[in-house]
Amino acid sequence: MQFRKTSAALAAVLTLSIGATACGSGGDTASGSDKITIGIKFDQPGLGLRTTDGKYTGFDVDVATYVAKELGYSADKIEWKQAPSAERENLIRNGDVKFVVASYTINDKRKAVVDFAGPYFLAHQDLLVRADDDSIKKAEDLNSKKLCSVTGSTSAQNVKEKLAPKADLLQQGGYSECLTGLENKGVDALTTDDSILAGYAAQKEHQGKFKLAGLKLSDEPYGIGLKKGDKELRDKINAAIEKMKSDGSWDKFVEKNFGPANYKNEPAPQITEK
Amino acid sequence: MFDFLDSPQYDLLGAFWVTVQLTLYSAVGSLIWGTLLAGMRVSPVPLMRAFGTAYVNLVRNTPLTIVVVSCSLVLNQTLGFALGGETFKDIGFRMAVLGLVAYTGTFVCEALRSGINTVPVGQAEAARALGLSFFQVLTLIVLPQAFRSVVAPLANVLIALTKNTTVAAAIGVAEAALLMKEMVENEADALFAVFGVFALGFVLLTLPTGLLLGWVAKRVAVKR
Repeated sequence: MQFRKTSAALAAVLTLSIGATACGSGGDTASGSDKITIGIKFDQPGLGLRTTDGKYTGFDVDVATYVAKELGYSADKIEWKQAPSAERENLIRNGDVKFVVASYTINDKRKAVVDFAGPYFLAHQDLLVRADDDSIKKAEDLNSKKLCSVTGSTSAQNVKEKLAPKADLLQQGGYSECLTGLENKGVDALTTDDSILAGYAAQKEHQGKFKLAGLKLSDEPYGIGLKKGDKELRDKINAAIEKMKSDGSWDKFVEKNFGPANYKNEPAPQITEK
Repeated sequence: MFDFLDSPQYDLLGAFWVTVQLTLYSAVGSLIWGTLLAGMRVSPVPLMRAFGTAYVNLVRNTPLTIVVVSCSLVLNQTLGFALGGETFKDIGFRMAVLGLVAYTGTFVCEALRSGINTVPVGQAEAARALGLSFFQVLTLIVLPQAFRSVVAPLANVLIALTKNTTVAAAIGVAEAALLMKEMVENEADALFAVFGVFALGFVLLTLPTGLLLGWVAKRVAVKR
């Protein structure tokens, strides 16, 4: 079939271009060196953030560091690689990263191409509203509201298709753009996973301005993505997650990263991906 | 592999229709705005020339994403302009067209100016000798000849514009690139197939445009 050939050729071109334009330091991959490469988000405060002085902070970063330590890599042996949502599967498949810890919701479509360990955290879709705004109590209240989310994200699609089809939805390139509108009353609420929202609300420059509405609109179990079929690594990571929960590190990481936002997180979830 | 195309969840043709609409509105807008700019840049009034030059050099060298996102973030979200749109769907579309016109107009202007340079000076001098004003010389004598010689460069601008409409996804206009983002989010097992479908869609839009306008360019060019 001619069309398949075309798409295969396009696929090759795309892979090359992604490889050529991948940001960050290339260097050695996880295999065959004493370093480990881990994919995280660089732009989600509270989960995975690259600060202006080149450090990495957030819950996902802490979890990844802990897991790497359990696998025998100290913190200075970790190479962080940016894993934007759309590229997570390819980074894993091409072996660019050993595993991905980047607010990565476990679902069946993704399980077809990568394997997951975990989940290590259970988030829910929620709303961030202005601190003085109490008008949103349930999902139906959104139908008369102006809402902001990130272009193409699962949260945005949930609003359009299930939660509030009549809501006026603005899609922006990133959550920071949404916050501009929320502050200036251009929009009434910002919607995505509560863990991400908590991270923004906890940022120094936003403290006291916004609050979480506390609606549990969906379940988002975050897993650690790894190469399909690598059962050995999955078992090791699962063991590391169990240990993290039992020795109190998990609670410590949650408190450190989400504490300032008054975020009522779920207790650590049971591991389902074995 | 391509079974996601059968899902009722995705309106592929609808998304590409929005892309086409964005292209057409922006093309008409930037043709008008670009012609005005070109007129300013060759006018005898120093202030107009200065404005035209400054505007073109400033906007042409600003990344389009910044132009379009600023339209949404600054004009709409911060200053509250809505250009008469009621919902974010309308506002986003209008803001995207505004940004695309502001940006593409500069390229139309520069293409036209090169066309004006192909018109022999004798033409304008003869028109002046007949007693025509600057405006008459420009609109009756110079621009018609200039347009005929820049169909090919304008076709390039139009093709670039078609592909540039994808930037509107950054401010949430529901065109092809936004649908592709949604598909990439949902269809993790068929990323390359999704990409291939959209790449093909854009080829189907731009290739005929290029061929048709190439033929037109040959037909109307002034043989000197």
